Amino acid sequence: MNVLAALGTVRDPELDEPITELGFVSEWSVDGGHVVVRLRLPTYFCAPNFAYLMVADANDAVLALPGVTSADVKLEDHFAADAINAGVADQTGFVGAFPEQAVEELTELRMTFKRKAYLASLDRLARKLDREGKPLPDTLGELADCAERTGLLRRRADLGLSCDEAAPLLLDEYGEPIPVARSALKLRFARAVRVSVDGNAAFCRGLLTTRYPHGAQHADTYAGGRG
Amino acid sequence: MYEKDGERYFIVDSHIHAWDGRPSNQANRYGEGFINCFYDYHRNLSPESELWSLKEFWQQSEERIMHDLFEVGYVDKAIFQPTYLTDFFVNGFNTTEQDGALAEKHPDRFIVNGSWDPRDGEAGLDRLEELAARWSLKGIKLYTAEWKGESKGWKLSDPWSYRYLEKCQELGIRNIHVHKGPTIYPLNRDAFDVADVDDVASAFPELRFIVEHVGLPRLEDFCWIATQEPNVYGGLAVAMPFIHSRPRYFAQIIGELLYWLDENRITFASDYAIWTPKWLVESFVDFQIPEDMQGELGALTTDVKRKILGLNAAKLYDIDVPPELDVAPEPTDSGEAVGSAPKVPA
Repeated sequence: MNVLAALGTVRDPELDEPITELGFVSEWSVDGGHVVVRLRLPTYFCAPNFAYLMVADANDAVLALPGVTSADVKLEDHFAADAINAGVADQTGFVGAFPEQAVEELTELRMTFKRKAYLASLDRLARKLDREGKPLPDTLGELADCAERTGLLRRRADLGLSCDEAAPLLLDEYGEPIPVARSALKLRFARAVRVSVDGNAAFCRGLLTTRYPHGAQHADTYAGGRG
Repeated sequence: MYEKDGERYFIVDSHIHAWDGRPSNQANRYGEGFINCFYDYHRNLSPESELWSLKEFWQQSEERIMHDLFEVGYVDKAIFQPTYLTDFFVNGFNTTEQDGALAEKHPDRFIVNGSWDPRDGEAGLDRLEELAARWSLKGIKLYTAEWKGESKGWKLSDPWSYRYLEKCQELGIRNIHVHKGPTIYPLNRDAFDVADVDDVASAFPELRFIVEHVGLPRLEDFCWIATQEPNVYGGLAVAMPFIHSRPRYFAQIIGELLYWLDENRITFASDYAIWTPKWLVESFVDFQIPEDMQGELGALTTDVKRKILGLNAAKLYDIDVPPELDVAPEPTDSGEAVGSAPKVPA
C-alpha cells in the first residue's frame, strides 16, 4: 500500500501544497492493516483550524487505502495537539474538539482558501502568457496545454467551476465571469494573492527547517516501513 | 540618523519591545512556546552574524537595548509596542510599565504606546484613561489573539472594542497599531482575517490603523482594504528581515504595498529584539528592486526610502524632524491615496 502517496493528496489549505512536500509528515509506518502517521508544523502556534484539517484529511486519506483497517494519525509539538488529535480520533469534528471556541465546522474556511488558491493559479497562468507575449484567451479550449493550465483546472474543479472547453477563462473565485472593465484590477489582485500564498509557503518551509534542522525533508528519507 | 553615499536618513523604529521571556517569567508551556516561536523567527531570518543564543534572546538589559538601537542601530526614535500576554507570562511579556521604565530614563529616545482589551469592560476603560494620562499616549497596540481565560481572541468590530476606540478618539490617541496573531475566536474562521480592520477604519476615519506585519500572512487582503481606506497603514515588522534571506520576495512585498497603498503609508520597524535595526537599516538603504522586476514594480527612490525609514512614522507621532533630513513636501495631500493606488469600485 502506498501510504506516502495517500498522504501526498493532503494539502495544507492555506499554502496549497501537499503536506508531504512541505515536510509536515515526520514519520509513518505500516503494521499489518494498522497505519501510524506523525505530523509536525512550522511553529507551536500554527493556526489550529488548518492543523485540524490536515490531521483529519491525513486520517481519511490513509483509512481509504485498501487493506488499512485502523489508523493512528497524530500531530506533535503543537499547543492544541491533544484537542486536535482527540477530535480526529473520536470523530467529534472540529466543534467537538474545541467546544468552547468554535461555532461551526471548517467548510467555509476551506472554501475561503480554495478561492485564494484559484486566484493564485490564475496569476501564474497570466504571468506565463505575459512572459511569452501571448494574450489571455477567452475560453479554456483556446488555452494551450501547460502546467499552469493543469493547475488552474484542478483548482477550478475544487471550487466546482466549469472546466469545459467552451467555459470562459476569466471567472472570478465565485464562478462569475470577470467583466472586461474589471479584469485588469482583478488580475492585479490575483497577483497579490499569489505573492502572499507563495511567500507564506516559503516562510513556513524555512521555519520548519529552523525548528527541525535534522528532520526529514524528503519522502525518501522518511522513517517508516515500506509503503 | 543613517548616512550613506552623501544621503542622510531620519530613522524611526516603529515597533520595539523590552520583553521578559525568561523561564522564570513563563507561566506555562504556552509562554515557553511563545518565546521559542519568536526565537525561531529570529534564527530563520537573521544573517549568520546577527544570531543570538536563546539565553540572550530571553531578555535584554537596558544597556543592550540602548546599544542595539541608538549606539549602533542608527535609530533616532523608537516606539514601544506592548504585548501583555498575561495568560502566558507571570508579570506580562512586555507591558506599558516595563517599557515605560526605560522611556522615563531616556525620554528623548522612546515613545511609549499603551494597550487595551475590550474584554476588560468598564474597568478597562478607566484603566485606559489612567494609562493615557500617565504616559501621554499617542498610540495603542492591540493584540487581537490575546488569550484571556476561556476566550482565545477578539475582533476590532466587537461592540466593546468600539467603546474603546471611541475612548481613544476622546483622549486624542490616534494611532491604533493592530497585530493579527495566530488564534482568534471563533476558531473556525481564518485566524489572520483582517476584515475587522476595514470595519473600524470606516467607522473611525479620524483614527489611523497601522496594521503590523503589513497584514502578513494576508498581504492581499490587507492591501485590498488599505487601498480603499486612506487611514490604514502598513507596519513592516516581520516583513523587513526578508530583505536578507529572500530579497526577491521582499521586493514583491514592497512592490505590492507601493501599488495598493503608496509610499506615505508604510513604516519601518525592526520588531526588536526579534531583529536589530542596524542591519535592517543598512540593507534597506542599499536595497533596490532587482532589475528584471523593475519593469513590473518600478524602482525605489531615496525619498521613498526616507519616508519609509522614518518620515512617515514621524508624521503619525508628531516627531520633530531636522529640516535637512526631511523631503520636499508633497504636491498632493498625503492623507489621500496617491501614487498608483487604484480606485476600487464599490
